[in-house]
Amino acid sequence: MTQIDYTRAAKYFLLADFFTGMKLGLKYFFGPKMTVNYPHEKGPLSPRFRGEHALRRYPNGEERCIACKLCEAICPAQAITIDAEPREDGSRRTTRYDIDMTKCIYCGFCQEACPVDAIVEGPNFEFSTETREELFYDKEKLLDNGARWEAEIARNLELDAPYR
Amino acid sequence: MADFFSNTYLGIALVLIGQVLLVVVPLLVALAFLMYADRKVWAAVQMRRGPNVVGIYGLLQSFADFLKYMVKEVVFPAGADRFVFLLAPMITLVMSLIAWAVIPFNDGWVVSNINVAILYVFAISSLEVYGVIMGGWASNSKYPFLGSLRSAAQMISYEVSIGLIIIGVIISTGSMNLTDIVHAQDGRFGLFSWYWLPHLPMLFLFFISALAETNRPPFDLPEAESELVAGYQVEYSSTPFLLFMIGELTAVVLMCALTTLLFFGGWLSPIPGLPDGVLWMIAKMLFVFFMFAMVKAITPRYRYDQLMRLGWKIFLPMSLVWVVFVAFAARFDWFWGAFARWG
Repeated sequence: MTQIDYTRAAKYFLLADFFTGMKLGLKYFFGPKMTVNYPHEKGPLSPRFRGEHALRRYPNGEERCIACKLCEAICPAQAITIDAEPREDGSRRTTRYDIDMTKCIYCGFCQEACPVDAIVEGPNFEFSTETREELFYDKEKLLDNGARWEAEIARNLELDAPYR
Repeated sequence: MADFFSNTYLGIALVLIGQVLLVVVPLLVALAFLMYADRKVWAAVQMRRGPNVVGIYGLLQSFADFLKYMVKEVVFPAGADRFVFLLAPMITLVMSLIAWAVIPFNDGWVVSNINVAILYVFAISSLEVYGVIMGGWASNSKYPFLGSLRSAAQMISYEVSIGLIIIGVIISTGSMNLTDIVHAQDGRFGLFSWYWLPHLPMLFLFFISALAETNRPPFDLPEAESELVAGYQVEYSSTPFLLFMIGELTAVVLMCALTTLLFFGGWLSPIPGLPDGVLWMIAKMLFVFFMFAMVKAITPRYRYDQLMRLGWKIFLPMSLVWVVFVAFAARFDWFWGAFARWG
């Protein structure tokens, strides 16, 4: 004959656990809601956030990228393809700068490798597309992104500069 | 004109159809908002917001879902028995709707005032298990079949104790008519005259059995998301799935109505002096539904053996002893006649 644990039995039959749970449930029921109302409100982003890529320009409109191909070399996913040849004025520039966004793992090595801060990962993370092809970014698209996000990118780089 | 509606078959049929529509249409509209309320309560306990995009505060969410279910494609699994596959959700819905025929919402507001009302409700809710079993079997798939087997065992187990709990109330009233049961709870002490006080342990047993009977959490084993994906509903999509959902929720609301009628005095006002009425009935049903929703939010799911142990080794003996106790208490007028209301 096993010993009956009367305290446990009493708790069991008086639904002690249930009422404790109900109390806790009601506390949270009236508590503040934690949901971020996503499309209307967004959470804070770190200046180091690695989102959609962008190619930047100097304030005078000149492309920063000098076709050193360090980003292409370091890219662990081999998502970047660069072709380059000298421009009429003799400076070396890219003729082709493609990033396959479906391959990219957003590690940020490209922007770490870049000696002129040309390729950067901006704060934009809402760039889903309806087709796969739209995610094969070319130079034009990347420069476009650079123009669109320059303000945020510049601010983030400045905020992050003391830690580099 | 009055003669036409009370003496010709056509007139009586028209009146009945009108009464049925008066019950079913508000019920289905209320269901849409109860579905929404259920989700909101669940969300609130988890510190989420719940549906809040469609309409003001997301009030039209259920209607959006309804449209979505209607326009989706019905998928028949390979090898499914098409006839039974489609019949099952219809049975679930119809069974949960026809039980409302005997539910009184106010004094005299009942489609069919039969003297075995509670037996009728009980019989109909027993038949509901067929929808689940047929759905699970006709899907020709493993998970639905396992889910429906569980459901059959579970619903039968808990019907036994629900039956015994109801017998206690019937002994106290001396009638199986739901209107009489409510009238028997009318007393000088307002809400303290209702059956929840003398039958307090049975209120909890009934509530928990009702959860099991309607496959609500923590007894949602037939549709256990973690092991059986959605149990007997796995292969259902579109409108048949919608019928299952509505049927289940109607059964839940029916259980709310039964709890209200049996233990909370139906349409009676809780404070002596205030007028009785249908609003009290609705308020009490909403309260019980809130409890259903809260239980869903705060309890983890029972294991299958725990479920069976609870049903057969705890609920059945307890309710059986209670029936004997109520019988003696009613016969010998213990507790100032609280258990005998037929005199």
